[in-house]
Amino acid sequence: MTATTAGTATAERAGVAVQFQDLHRWYGKVHALDGLTIDIAPGELVALLGPSGCGKTTALRALGGLDEVDAGRILVDGRDMTHVPANKRGMGIVFQAYSLFPNMTTIDNVGYGLRLRGVGAVDRRKRATEMLELVGLAKQADRYPYQMSGGQQQRVALARALAIEPKVLLLDEPLSALDAKVRRQLREEIRRIQIAVGTTTLFVTHDQEEALALGDRVGVMSAGRLEQIASPTELYDRPRTAFVAEFVGLTNRLRGVADAGAVQILGTRVPLLEGSAGTGPVTALVRPESVKLTPEDGANAHVLAVSFLGSLCRTQVALPDGDLVVAQMAAAEMAGLAPGVAVRVTVAPSPVFAVTG
Amino acid sequence: MTFTPSTPAGAAPADTPLAVRSTGSGRGPRRRRSRFHSASRIAILVIVLGYLILPLFAMLEFSTRGDYGSRSLQSYAAILSNPNLIDGIATSLEVAVLTVLGMLLLLVPTMTWTVIRVPRMRRVVEFLCLLPLAIPAIVLVVGIAPMYRWMGQHLGAFGGSPLTLVFVDIILVLPFAYRAIDAGLRAVDVATLADAARSLGAGWPRTILQVIVPNIRGGILAASVLAVALVLGEYTISSLLSFNTLQVVIFLLGRRDAFVSVAVSLAALMFAFVLLIVIARFGAGSRAEQAAEEEPVR
Repeated sequence: MTATTAGTATAERAGVAVQFQDLHRWYGKVHALDGLTIDIAPGELVALLGPSGCGKTTALRALGGLDEVDAGRILVDGRDMTHVPANKRGMGIVFQAYSLFPNMTTIDNVGYGLRLRGVGAVDRRKRATEMLELVGLAKQADRYPYQMSGGQQQRVALARALAIEPKVLLLDEPLSALDAKVRRQLREEIRRIQIAVGTTTLFVTHDQEEALALGDRVGVMSAGRLEQIASPTELYDRPRTAFVAEFVGLTNRLRGVADAGAVQILGTRVPLLEGSAGTGPVTALVRPESVKLTPEDGANAHVLAVSFLGSLCRTQVALPDGDLVVAQMAAAEMAGLAPGVAVRVTVAPSPVFAVTG
Repeated sequence: MTFTPSTPAGAAPADTPLAVRSTGSGRGPRRRRSRFHSASRIAILVIVLGYLILPLFAMLEFSTRGDYGSRSLQSYAAILSNPNLIDGIATSLEVAVLTVLGMLLLLVPTMTWTVIRVPRMRRVVEFLCLLPLAIPAIVLVVGIAPMYRWMGQHLGAFGGSPLTLVFVDIILVLPFAYRAIDAGLRAVDVATLADAARSLGAGWPRTILQVIVPNIRGGILAASVLAVALVLGEYTISSLLSFNTLQVVIFLLGRRDAFVSVAVSLAALMFAFVLLIVIARFGAGSRAEQAAEEEPVR
């Protein structure tokens, strides 16, 4: 489960390397981290993605020093930080819950870490103002947290985390309490700032769209284990496990028969991805955009519902054997598709993952 | 792509709620009901104030009686000339201050630590803190006081140190102080604030003093007020342990001179009342804390 470091996109950035080496953490009988091993390159943004309870936040807290690990090592810039207390690690953390100190103004919040480092009042204010300018909130410097919206509070939390020039920036689902529009805006802002500052960043989320949009690489976790870590496109197009194939993006479960590294689905022979079940009856996990629909009189599949999603259109189709298939296409291609229309269903010959059964 | 029909200026929207548009009907009974509610509120206020103020007025009337139906402040003047009374007031204040400090030093770090690090122990701490409610004063005195007396004698610079009483009083105020501080801790996300402070470089003492305490100031203040009120009103244990606190002196005075005793009681009540107002005023909280109770920005 060792991952390779990121490629050229992040090679030139500042920041430090982070290594999780065979981390284990038990909470009673729950094995929250089960041999987690990840290498993060300097300046890289790695998004850890997984369902609730998969161990992604435990991994982040372990790196931040907020939780202990039972076994394994955490190296930051080659130095063993496994047992260094949180306040000596120099990590900037933005939490899921609003974490600004309610008794301090915005600028005092941002300057708090500098105050602890003995930075004088003038320099502290200057640096805090710079950080607030970076997140576009310099005008709110004298406001208290309760006078700001959730999105603004998380921006200030980001400025506060960056003000101390952290070795590593840890983002623990910082957008999950925000509404969809603010979440998208802030997501782009985080990416812009992270690229500008060049700090190595670990971003934890259960939202796959967020992870795929932000991460140089995305690590998918399940039950304390790292299922796969890869670039967003590789993760989406070439999942290595059934869990990744099903968790990332939408999938249709289509039955077919596999042999010689390919599977026959809906009349098309489709190559199988590495790690798939190789022979006999299998269930192929097919992306909706790989399913093609052609309106055709006399075809024995018919459209059940059509959902318009702006630039895309999603169509639900009933196959002759009663199975349901979802197809996704550009909205411009939806002409002629309406509930009740007979369609021919085919599958694009791009590689798919298949499981036995 | 939603379409919102515009409304001409001044025209009432067609979907104005019925309750807003309705006029006249039902106003009479509502007004009668409102008058009835106002009258009942005033009646309750008068009864409660009468219940609280009449005894005070009676005390004032009794303590200012002079010879042959005249009015005199002689009883009040006697308070200042009674050395036992001055000592009693000083002892009570000393015990109150030390009790508040001891209680805060014991409870705030313990409860904060429990919330952040060992939440499953919260119930155990709560149970231990509420236990003194169920323990009669005599049990405390007979069971625990000898140990505290020994500690008081060895920790205090002087033999009959009121530290003995302070230790017992800290136990007595635990149930009330626990509730007040617990409410303060529940009002903020202590664990996240502590994590944030630590990640920025604060050790535990700084985290508690600079981040947690200012944000649970209301709870700490309420706990302090309750502790002061309880200590200033406590008689049984002080008497059983033979400490001449204000309450004990008042009781002894009452056996010798009823007028002075009642005057002292009234003065003590007023003193406690003013003291609690001063404490509450002193720690009323910053602008941020007061305003934070308002509706937050969304």
